[in-house]
Formats: sequence, C-alpha cells, structure tokens
Amino acid sequence: MSAQQVLFDAPGPKAKRNIFIGNIVGALLIVGLLAWLIITLAERGQLEPAKWTPFLEGRTWEFFLLPGLLDTLRAAGVAIVTSVVLGLLLGIGRLSHFLPLRWLAGVIVEFLRAVPVLLMMIFLWLAIGAAGIMRPQDIPFIAVVTALTLYNGSVIAELVRSGVEGLPKGQREAGMAIGMTRGQSLRSIEVPQALTAMLPALVSQFVVILKDSALGYIITYTELLQTARRLGVGEGNLLQALLIAAVIFIIINFALSSLANRLSKLLSFRTTGKTKNDNVSNVVVADPTNA
Amino acid sequence: MDGFLSLFEQYDVAGAFWINIQLTFWAAIWSLLLGTLLALFRISPIASLQWFGASYVNIFRNTPLTIIIAFGVLALFGQLFVSLSEDFDLNFFRLAVLGLSLYHAAFVCEAIRSGVNTVPLGQAEAARAIGLSFLPAARLVILPQAFRGAIAPLGNVLIALTKNSTVAAAGSVAESAGLMKTMIEFRSDMVIPIFFTFAMGFVIIVIPIGLLTTWASKKLAVAR
Amino acid sequence: MRTTRYGALAMAAAAALTLSACGGGGETEGGGEGGGAEAGGETIRVGIKFDQPGLGFDEGGSYSGFDVDVAKYVAGELGYTEEQIEFVESPSANRENMLANEQVDMIFATYSITDTRKETVDFAGPYFIAGQDLLVAADSDISGPDDLNGRNLCSVTGSTSAQRVKDEFAEDVNLIEQPGYAECVSLMGSGQIDAVTTDDIILAGLAAQESNQGQFKVVGNPFSEERYGVGLTKGSELCSDINAAIEKMIEEGAWEEALANNLEGVDYEPNAELNPPTPDDCA
Repeated sequence: MSAQQVLFDAPGPKAKRNIFIGNIVGALLIVGLLAWLIITLAERGQLEPAKWTPFLEGRTWEFFLLPGLLDTLRAAGVAIVTSVVLGLLLGIGRLSHFLPLRWLAGVIVEFLRAVPVLLMMIFLWLAIGAAGIMRPQDIPFIAVVTALTLYNGSVIAELVRSGVEGLPKGQREAGMAIGMTRGQSLRSIEVPQALTAMLPALVSQFVVILKDSALGYIITYTELLQTARRLGVGEGNLLQALLIAAVIFIIINFALSSLANRLSKLLSFRTTGKTKNDNVSNVVVADPTNA
Repeated sequence: MDGFLSLFEQYDVAGAFWINIQLTFWAAIWSLLLGTLLALFRISPIASLQWFGASYVNIFRNTPLTIIIAFGVLALFGQLFVSLSEDFDLNFFRLAVLGLSLYHAAFVCEAIRSGVNTVPLGQAEAARAIGLSFLPAARLVILPQAFRGAIAPLGNVLIALTKNSTVAAAGSVAESAGLMKTMIEFRSDMVIPIFFTFAMGFVIIVIPIGLLTTWASKKLAVAR
Repeated sequence: MRTTRYGALAMAAAAALTLSACGGGGETEGGGEGGGAEAGGETIRVGIKFDQPGLGFDEGGSYSGFDVDVAKYVAGELGYTEEQIEFVESPSANRENMLANEQVDMIFATYSITDTRKETVDFAGPYFIAGQDLLVAADSDISGPDDLNGRNLCSVTGSTSAQRVKDEFAEDVNLIEQPGYAECVSLMGSGQIDAVTTDDIILAGLAAQESNQGQFKVVGNPFSEERYGVGLTKGSELCSDINAAIEKMIEEGAWEEALANNLEGVDYEPNAELNPPTPDDCA
C-alpha cells in the first residue's frame, strides 16, 4: 500500500483550517522546546563563544576531527570490503547442497548475529593484546575491523541467501538446462543477480558499519568520536565536540541511505530479483544493531 | 577450571545480564509506543507531522547509539538537569532506557511502515468507502494488519535492542559488557572462557526471540 | 565472463586493502617493526597515556605532560635524542601485555608499582608518589572522602577507586561511572556531581587544563599511596640506568620544573613527605 493518499480524502476547507491550526500548534511546541533548550544551555554557559570558536580554527580540524574522520572511514572502508567477502563465502556456504557445510555456515551465522559487536570488539582487543602478535598501535584498528567484519559478514550472508531464494526458479532451471552444475549456476547466474538485487540493502548495511565503527572509541581506536572527545578534553567543550561529531555522522549516513534508496529504484530493471521486496530487504534495511 | 568458577562467585554475571534484560524490556515498550506514533505521523494527512516523522527517523537512525547515550548523561543530566528518578542509580537506568527508546523508535517506525506497505490498497479504499476518516481507518483497518505484517522486522529490532543494551555501559549502567571488560582485565589469562560465557548468554537470549518472531510472523500473517 | 567479474571484485578488494595499509603505515615510520630485537638500537619505544592531560596527552602531533617529560629526560640519559623516542599509546588494560610481548621498551603511564604486577613485569623508580584524592569545585566544602555521604562521586568505568570510597569512607555516596575523566569534569562543571576521584596528580592535570582554570581544586588529603614506576620487560637491564637518571633529574631540579610546568595554575602540592621519592633498588 504505497499510495498513502488513499487513506484520507483531499482536505476540504474545514479540514484545511484544522490542519493549519494543527501546524501552528506543532510549530509552537517545537519552537518552545528549542527555546527551553537554548535558554537552559545558555544559562549553563554552554553557548559561550569560547566553546564554539575552536571549530573555526584550522588546527581543530587538522589534528583532531579530520584525522578522526579519516580513521573512521578507513576502518569502515576496510570492514565493508572484508565483510562483503565473508558474507559471500558464508552465504554460498548456507546455500550449499553439502549438508555439513550448510549446517556449519548456519551455526556460524546465527552465532555471529546474536553476539553484540561491542562484546566482540572488547574481546578481540584484549585477546590480541594478550597474544602479542601485533604492533600495539595496530591492535585497536584490527579489533574494530574484525568485529565489524564478523557481524556484518553474517548479515550479508543472510542477504545473499534471501536474495538467491528470492530469484525466480526459472533462472536456475535455465542454468541446469544448458548443462551447468548446481554450483556453477549459483556462482555465475544466481549470486550475481542476487547481488544486484540486494545492492540497496547492502548499501544500507554500510551505514550500520559506519555507525558501529564509533564503538571503537571504547577500545581506544582513534576514530571520530575518540578524537572529538580528546578535543573536548583539551578545549573544555566536550558536549559541543560530540555534537559536531554526531552531525558529521548524520550527514555521511544520510547520504549513504539516500544512495541506497536511489539504487533500489535504478536497479529494479537490472535483475530478475526484487530490489524492493520487503522479504529480502527486511533482513537489513532497518538493521538497528549498534552495539 | 577452579579459577574460572571462582570468577563467577566474585562477579555477579547473572545480575549483569538481568540488567540488560530489564533495559531491553522497558526500551522495547517505549520505542514501540513512540515508533507507532511516528509511523502514524508519517502516513497522516498533515504535512508538518509527516515532516517531523521523517526528520526524526533520519536524524536518530543515522546517529551512533553511543553518542545518543552519552548525550543522555552529559546533556540531559549534566546540563539540562533532567531527573527521571529521585534515586541516583535508577535515574541513569531510566536515562539509558530513554536513549535506547529514542534510537530504536526510528527503526520501529520504519518496520511498521514496511508493515503498512504489505496492506493491499483495497483495504484502505474499503475503509474509506464505509465512511471511516483517517484515524479510525488507521486504528481499525490499517494498523492491525500492518502490525501482523511487521512482526518479522519488529523482531529484528527487538534482537538488535537486546544487543544494543550493552552500550548502556557508557551511561553509567552496570551491565554485562562493562562487567566482561572488568573481568578480563582482572583475569587476562581467562579471556577466551570469559568471552564465550558472555557470548553464549546473548545467544541464549537472542535466538529464542528470533525463533519466536519468525514463528509468530508466519502464524499471524494475514492470508492473502 | 565469470572470471572477469570475480577478478574485478578481487582486484577492487585488494586495492582497497592496499590503500588502507598505506594509510596505516605512515604514522609509525622509522619505528621498530614488531619484535624487540633492536631495544637499545636506533629508537626507543616508550609507552605513555595519550588522554591524560598533565601527564601524557596527545596534543595533535606532539605529546605533553609530566610522564612525557620524565620519559624524555630518562631517554636522554640513556643516550637517545628526542627524535629517537617513539611514543606509543599504552592504555591501562594493555600495559602488562605490551611489556611481556616486548612491544615497548619502557612505560611511563601512571603505572603503580604493586606486588601482583611485579610477578609479570619489572619496575624502575618510583619517580613519583601519588595518592588517591578528590577533585572538587573551587568553592566546595568537601575536605576528604568522609564528607561524601549523600554526594555524587564520579570515576571511570572499571576503576576500583570509587568503590573503595564507598566501602571504606562513605557508605551513602552516589557513584557514577563514565567512559573518561573528561566526562566527569564536564559534569562537575555544571554542579551535577560533587567530586571526581582518582590519583591526585591525574586530578591536578585535569584541573590544570586551560578551560578548567580556577574552577576546581584538589582536596589535598590523599588516602592511599600509589608509587608510579617505570614499567620494564621482566629481566630488563635498563633498571639501574633509569634509576640513576631519575635521581639525577631530581637532583638537577628538572623533576620539580617538569611538575610545575605541567600543573601550572592549579592549587595542588604533591605529598611532600613522600616526594620527590628515592628509587627502589633494582632486583
């Protein structure tokens, strides 16, 4: 039911007036809330120029926010690549005809989806540190990327599986008809189409990866949230620094989400799978995992 | 092995998990209420409400939860002096519930909207044909079907919420992720058994939720 | 067709990984690659805190603080120039591991000498004796942990110092745990909490921040003894040289100067009975 307008009539003069009044009341409520916020924050001295001017200085961006953002993007970027690879492997494993392999992939996926990313991150950080196999300054990065890969790889595996299962049966039958084996048809006909179909959902999952990389600050990875905190410690404007970090996250994630929406419209004619089918995309389109 | 068991006498692991379950329970209720309201806003005839619903979802869905929880303590408690309880510890618990609810409401809203999308157009047309206006049509015809269509995605939100409750550690709530860190730092030689204990705890909580919602979504699906 | 598609995917993956690997390598150029074979060679790797203002703090490209200054002096006495020092972040949870795995040569990171730790690492020093204390608002009437009943006390997640106050001094204190001391100080700035607790010199470092000047004071009634030592790998031969360097630093007055420089503008005197300390004998 996408045409929501059927839910109500085009408003008449009376309804229009009511809506107008409703709009004004709503606007007043929001303005009132904002006014309370601003007045209280001003009382506490949180709006003083000294708390905000650091964000106009080049040094703030050069040494804190930009390196932090770069580290966030670096961790997210690598994790996106590795989790797609892991997701393909696990997803194909779950579709395998060989029972033990299918079973093993299933257990791994269910386990990884159930464990909070934060728990995995803390564990990897402390465990790799204890094992002493890596330069200490690399450990937080590796722990962040590995934890993100394990969780998101398992989600992408589910995407691959539901994407392939959402294809019309005729695709595989056609593959068999020209003499392909089951595996050949899976690799060269079904998965590529499923990938196209799930691309929008995949891009949405990148938003999850980007947000989750912020958990890295708990294990001392110098991502955006961490550098914003350090900036806030030095300048005494922790709240403001966190707010700026939040705004940066929202802008990037909003851009990614919009890209996902546009892709789903663009790609719908490129595949026999369904780019907008809710059964496919529900696995992740709204994946709120952020721990 | 003895050392491992004595760790559990020393630290209250079950108690920490109980805190996660309580956080999840209250945040689930509040985010369901708020999320339904937002979904109503987004399908309502009033443009400003649609705008509000969409802005809310876009802002909260795209902000890392850690920042939301941190704002709960640093801004709401620290600067705006919001107090949700006379009791000091309970106040932080409720602030964490508030942060979790605000974040997950955005996803509940989207899940319900996807549920609304499963309701055929004819249902809305029929509701209007018998003279129902927006709210009665939504309440009596659309939402009951939408909820049943939204059980699977709502289940996903609940699973994520369970796991996300670990972030409350950043908001001065003593829950399992914080306890795991403390335990590993105390006994770094037992890092693997400690991790798997906590991980299995979550598997035990999360997998039944998944099975239950999958079963319910099939059982309650509207036959079409 | 199949090969090209998967080939392209693999190449894209490889390219992304390579790019990020380059990005990661830059910051540690010229550093020791893994193993500790070259300790005493070209560079010396020193573990410090990066987030502790006044002690070990990452200023964006350079490092400041008392721990950093002592480390630089000691490294200088050991024959390293400032360019040869490679500072590495060593968070509390990783210190023993980093030493045991020879990932750093020495650690100056508010590292208290304790018997438990001595089982796995060696210590030189102490170079400073801190004590658990309270940071309060400049006009506060709190004069010690006994005054905290019914008040709000902040410390960092996983630290035992706040629990000690509750157990030993003030049963009815309200505890709040935050990810870092910066959060605690921010909350105290608006009066929502009454005190922050940890080692006195760490508190003084927080209060000495430019943006906090004049707002807070260290109570000056320490109720524990934390002997900050230089963490070394078990069996390290650096101990006696480091001790000699610390003694020389104290004698020359550089020690006092470093303390004053880093804690300028704060109402804080280190425990005079115990400071400056005499280093213990090396085992």
